Formats: sequence, C-alpha cells, structure tokens
Amino acid sequence: MPSAVDLARSILPAGAGRRSRQRAAPWIVLAALLVSLVALVPLAFIIWIAVQTGWETVSALVFRPRVGELLVNTVLLVLIAVPITIVLSVALAWLTERSDLPGARVWAWLCVAPLAIPAFVHSYAWITMVPGLHGLGAGVLVSVIAYFPFLYLPVSAALRRLDPALEDAAAALGLGPGRVFARVVLPQLRLAICGGSLLVGLHLLAEYGLYVFIRFDTFTTAIVDQFQSTFNGPAANMLAGVLVSCCLVLLGLEVLLRGEERYARVGSGAARHQQRSRLGHATLPCLLLLAATALLSLGVPFVTIGRWLAAGGSGVWRLDEIGLALGQTLFLAAAGALLATVAAMPMAWISIRAPGPLQRLLEGCNYIVGSLPGVVIALALVTITVRVALPLYQTLFTILVAYALMFLPRALVSLRASIAQAPVELERAASSLGRPPLKALWSTTIRLSAPGAAAGMALVALGIMNELTATQMLAPNGTRTLAMAFWSYSGEIDYASAAPYALIMVAMSMPLTWLLYVQSKRMAGR
Amino acid sequence: MSILELKGLYKRYGPVAAVAGLDLSVASGSRTAIVGPSGCGKTTLLRLIAGFEIPDQGRITLGSEVLAGDAAAVPAYRRGIGVVAQDGALFPHLTIGDNIGFGMGGGDERRAERIVELAYIVGLDKVVLKRRPHELSGGQQQRVALARAMAMKPRLMLLDEPFSALDTALRASMRKAVAELLEEAGITTILVTHDQAEALSFASQVAVMRDGKFSQVGSPRDLYLRPKDRMIAEFLGDAIILPAKIADGFANSPLGRVAVDTRERRDVARIMLRPEQIGLKRTSREGMSGTPDMPFGEVTESEFAGSMCTIAVRLLNNADPPDAAAIGNTPLILRKPGMDAPAVGEIVRLTVSGKAHVFA
Repeated sequence: MPSAVDLARSILPAGAGRRSRQRAAPWIVLAALLVSLVALVPLAFIIWIAVQTGWETVSALVFRPRVGELLVNTVLLVLIAVPITIVLSVALAWLTERSDLPGARVWAWLCVAPLAIPAFVHSYAWITMVPGLHGLGAGVLVSVIAYFPFLYLPVSAALRRLDPALEDAAAALGLGPGRVFARVVLPQLRLAICGGSLLVGLHLLAEYGLYVFIRFDTFTTAIVDQFQSTFNGPAANMLAGVLVSCCLVLLGLEVLLRGEERYARVGSGAARHQQRSRLGHATLPCLLLLAATALLSLGVPFVTIGRWLAAGGSGVWRLDEIGLALGQTLFLAAAGALLATVAAMPMAWISIRAPGPLQRLLEGCNYIVGSLPGVVIALALVTITVRVALPLYQTLFTILVAYALMFLPRALVSLRASIAQAPVELERAASSLGRPPLKALWSTTIRLSAPGAAAGMALVALGIMNELTATQMLAPNGTRTLAMAFWSYSGEIDYASAAPYALIMVAMSMPLTWLLYVQSKRMAGR
Repeated sequence: MSILELKGLYKRYGPVAAVAGLDLSVASGSRTAIVGPSGCGKTTLLRLIAGFEIPDQGRITLGSEVLAGDAAAVPAYRRGIGVVAQDGALFPHLTIGDNIGFGMGGGDERRAERIVELAYIVGLDKVVLKRRPHELSGGQQQRVALARAMAMKPRLMLLDEPFSALDTALRASMRKAVAELLEEAGITTILVTHDQAEALSFASQVAVMRDGKFSQVGSPRDLYLRPKDRMIAEFLGDAIILPAKIADGFANSPLGRVAVDTRERRDVARIMLRPEQIGLKRTSREGMSGTPDMPFGEVTESEFAGSMCTIAVRLLNNADPPDAAAIGNTPLILRKPGMDAPAVGEIVRLTVSGKAHVFA
C-alpha cells in the first residue's frame, strides 16, 4: 500500500536544482544499477509467470466474468471518485488560499489533517457508524474522504505559487472573474491536478483494507482473497498482472494529460502578494462546505474511535500486547526506512550530480515500481522465495526488501532534494584539500544532506507503520504490527479492542502530516 | 484635450497612505511618465487606474466615463485599459500567438491575421508565434506583452517599469521603439518608472512622485532645468547647488556672475546648475592674475572611465559669496569627455553656459 506521503513526489519539482555534470564514480553507478535491477524483479516476475503459464491458461484466467466484474468495479471507482476528488479539492484549495474565508489557516490545516488517518481506519469508522454501508457508492464516499488531501496539498501549493500579475493581465484584457479562473488559473493548476489525481488513482487501485470493510471488491481485495485461499496460484498472479496493467494505464494517461508545458513564472522579480476574493453572501455556504468536509473526514473517525474507546473502557488497553505491537512496528519501520534510504542514496546522488540518459532510465524504472501496489510486490516476493530461495520465505530480510521496494521513491525524493542543496563545489573543495573521493563525499554531501535523508526516512517509516497487505503476506510468523492487530480485531468485529491501535497509528502519523503541511507552505515561499 | 483625469485620489493600506491626494490630467495621445523612488506609491497609482485596486477617495475619469468615484468602480475587465507589467506577465501555458490573441474576439481567421499583424507591428518574427513564453528573451517577452495589450485597442496604455528587466543597451532601443509605436497608434500612454533618464526621454509630461504625492508635474525640460526643490533636482540628475545673492537677473556666486532665470532680487538664495553647464578652460597660476572676478579652480581628482572622465574641481578664488565658507572646500564634480580632460593639479578657468535656476 503506497500511502499518505508519496505526495512529496507530486509537490516537489522533479530533478530540482541540477548543477554542473560530473562523471559518476563507477561503483556508484554499479550500486544504482543493482538497486534498480532488484526493484524491477516484481515486474519481471509478473511477465515471467505469464510467459511460463502459457497463453491458453492466461487467457482462460484473464478473460472470465469475475475479472470483468472486478475491472468494471475498479474502473467505475476511479472514474467516479477521481473527478469528485478533483472538484472538491480545487474548491477547498481556492477557498482556503484565495478567498477571504474566516479562519482560512485553520481550515487549510483541517484539509490536510485527514492524511494522518490510515485509509482503513476511515473505513472502520464509517462501517461502525453506518453498518449498512457497502458497494460502489460507499467505496466512492470513503475514498474521496480518505484521499482528497492528496489533491488538496499540491493544488493549494500551486495556487499559492501562481503569479497574480497574470490574473491582473487577463482582467486588463477584458476577462471577467469567472473566465479568468477558467482560462488562466485552472490551466496553471493542470500539473498539480494531474499529479495529485495520479496519486489518488494509484491508491484506489492499491488499497485493500478500506474496501474489505465496506465489501467492495477490487483487484487488490480479490488478489488477497485468492492468495489466502489458494496461496500463490496462477489465478492470483494473473489478477496481479491485470492490476499492474491498470497502474501502467494510469501512469500513461497522466503523462499524456500533463503535457510538456512549463508553468513556472516567466520573468524575474518577486511576485506581488495575491489578493483574496470577497465571498460576501457566499461566505456561509462556503463555511458549511468546509465544515462538512472536516466533519466527514475528521469528525467521523475521531468520534468513532472515541466512542469505541469509551465503550471498551480500560479493558481494551492490553498494555503488554499493545507494547509488543508498537515495538515490532517501530523496529520494522526503522529498519525498513534505513534500508530504503541506503538503497536510494546512489540513485539520488547520480540524478543530481551526473544526470544523463542512464539516470533517466533508472529513475523511470524506480518510478514505475514505486507505483505498483504493495500486494503485487508482496505476491512476487512470496512466489520467488517459495520457488527459488525457500529459506528466505517469511523472514525479516524479505519483508524489509519489500518495504524498501515499495517506499524507495519516497526516500529518493527527499534525498534528491537535499543533495541538490549541497553544492558540488564543497565536494570538490574537500577533494582538493586531500580527501579521497569517498571521504570527500562523506564529509560534505552526506553530512549536508543528512536532514533531508532523515525526513525521507521518517516518510518511509510512516508508510511502513500503516502498511497492511504486504506485511500480512510476508512478515515472519508471529509478527503482529499495529496495523495487523487493528485488522485482526476489527475482522473479529471486536471494534473496541481495535480502537487503541487506530488511535496510536493516528497519533504517530500526526507529526509527519504537520511536517508535510509546513513543507508545502514553505515551498510556496510562506 | 485631456482624456484621463485624476481628482483627489487616496489609497491607504492599513496606516500607510500609498497614494495621498493626487490630481493629474493626461492629454489625449500624449505620453506621461510617473517617476519616483521605489515605495513612493507609483505602482499603486497605476493599479488604481487599471482597476486592480479601488481608491478609498477621489475620482478617476477616462474620456467621459467615470471609472472610479463615489464608492462605485468599473471593474478592470470593463475598462479597456491596456497594461504591460514589469516582467510581461505572459501566460506560461499558452503559445506566443495565443498570448497575443488572448483578449481578442472575432472569428479564427480574422484573429490569426490580426495576431500576425500585431507581431509585425511590435517587431516580432512570425516564427516565434508558435513558441512558449519561456523560450523568448526578456526583450521579446516585453514585445509580446505590448502586442497583447494593443490587441484590444485600448484607450489608454499603462506601462509598469516595462524596461527595467532588460539590459542597458536593449533598454534604450526598446524605449524608443515603444514610444514610436504608441505614438503611431495614437494611444495615450502612462509609464511608471524609477529611472529618471527613462522618464525624461520617454514622456512629454513627467510627474515626480514622492510619498504618495506629486512633487512636481511638467515637461521634461522644465523639470530638469527648473526643479521646484533640491530633492527633485537631485533625483532627476546631478546638480550643483550654490549659495548666491541675486539681483537684476544675475547671481553673485562662487562661480562669479551667473545669469539666472528670475528678475527678482534676493540677498540669500540657492541657485542650481547642471554640471554640463560648466565648461573648463586650461590655464596656469600665472593666468589667474589680473582677473579677480573670474572663477578659477584646481583639479584635485580625475577618474578616467573611457569616453567620460569624472573630475573634481576645487574653487580657488571666491569673490565674496554670502556664505562662501559653507561651500569653500567642497569640490565641484564634473563629467567631461575623457579625450582632453585636465589632469590632477592643473588650474582651470570655469565658464557657465545658459542660466542658473533659482530655488524658491
């Protein structure tokens, strides 16, 4: 489950701050190549299985009513939920950034805060509040509520960065406010909307827990079902193949829609401060929209968790069990984050210091792999370990590799941004002062990029903490993370016992969500 | 015949009055420059005229239409006033052609024709029409912005420091080109700038602005040679300001007897000369004798800078100016052609051409 904070990717400019090229040391290139090859394993595996299974079996497994049903479900979900999310988040972003809405700053934070709540906790809250909730309608409702911040964040950041001079220019050319928004503002938000929509779409494809609660079948839930009933049969693998194709279609669509345009400010000079539009009589309905959004996305989960905690009393706080789960989660999160960051380092260094065709190819590979649902990566690793290296099956090593593959892009984004801020001249100065290359790298670039690396590790750790699907399929026997414990209790309809786990997961995600919020503000220069 | 009238314009931001009571009248088809140091409120004034801001008080009239006044204001998009911003403000998501045609109505064919025509008028090649703004140089971006603003045939064109982002050589030629272009199209123009040379060379009417008010409005020549006070004098160029006693159209000053632009009589006055009014003639210590009422000086510094040379001249014989001691040792700073500039230590005789200006 690639989750919450892949956002960074959609907010941060790609390849920011490229400096003069330098030749990459062969060992760095080798390391980056190795990481990329390992990252490609799940994708290669899907293809390999398909080839091995033979066309007849493949077509028998793929072209059947069940797959058609799942495809219709998934496509409808994406086609309905994504546009609603776009409209909602553009409206919220405009209200909080460009109107004179009272308390805009507080509302802005309330629009980002739902990120701290794992999607399956949203779903848990809704199903216990409205037990009859199920099917496509419910799927769309909870998806929009759980994922709209993914679009809100980049869109509001882009809105803040817009040069108000352009809107003035359009007004001077005779365009009324509505047409200025349609012809000048909206086109400039296209990149943010495309990136955010892609992220939402990929999450819709990859999410498991959310849809199980409300009994809505997607490819991901079907793959896990299939896996649980027949282990790693070809049926599960072929479903994974279709799911991967869906992801690739989304990636391709985004590339097509995004286009080639540059949206940055043309020209120099500081942008004038933006003026906020007067809402006038519309203030009250606008406030109601924001209040309703906050109520649905924050009120419902918090009220539900609170209600279950109150109902469960002190009995649900089984401290030994919770402590154990917390300890295991933290350990897995820290180890996975470390591995992902170390694995991302050569790639990040090359992409800033020695960009070229090879680097673009490797980066493209990592990008695609990072978009794969956790369930696909997990399935691939299960099959490979079982068939090729059985001793590695359900070991700490395998689960950490899975985490590293899933969250590599997050680590990469943060590292790349921080290396871009460490001038290469320092590295050269260190070399000229007699440090051999590795030591020069260590004493300059690595030291300076440490804060960025730490931020990246925190993002990866957050993802791992709330990860459910891959952990369930790959973790060593006896592992029980917070997410797993939450899942098994709520699976037994013991909603009260699940509540403390939900609360802890939310509490641990809050600081990072705040960090993300602050970062997006700062990037827009405020 | 005036087309734009500003009356008692006020605009406050919190406690700061960015525009504090302005009156201005702009003649139809003329070019007016508003010049002032940064922060004087000139951009706010421009935004008030364009309709991006609404004045707290006062009235703006364009032709026979009241644009703003008595708490009612015509929104920017109904004013028909062209604006060219500092950096062009081109739409980054549109091609150059679409940028130029942004405000145009009409059919596609007519539109395309008109875009090409406008591009030609502002001196842009047809091939750039397919490009994007970021592929153009700063000068070309300004031309596009101008063409875009001209496309809607504005009654009034506002230029907000449009040349300040360009390098020096390009700036002068762009300025000339734009001035000619707008003149030919007969569009009344207001230019806002902090560059006095730009203001003086561009406009037929110059308004010097400070602290939200106009300190002086007039023709460039008038402002340069007859500024109202020392601040305006020094803002518009280098100035030599001397104490003097004036009577009968002449001043008795450290530079001797100098013609002034007033007939009144005053015992204590300040006169202003532009450095280029002062000429230097080489002489020697011996040459000084016998001409007590002629001003002489000694070159104390000389800084060579190619075509021009900056020279400091210390006055040697002060006849008897009213408060000679005050300026006695302050050298005059003059700029002379570098070819034949006197060297440090040489004695020169100073001559004054034209009249000195007497501050009120």
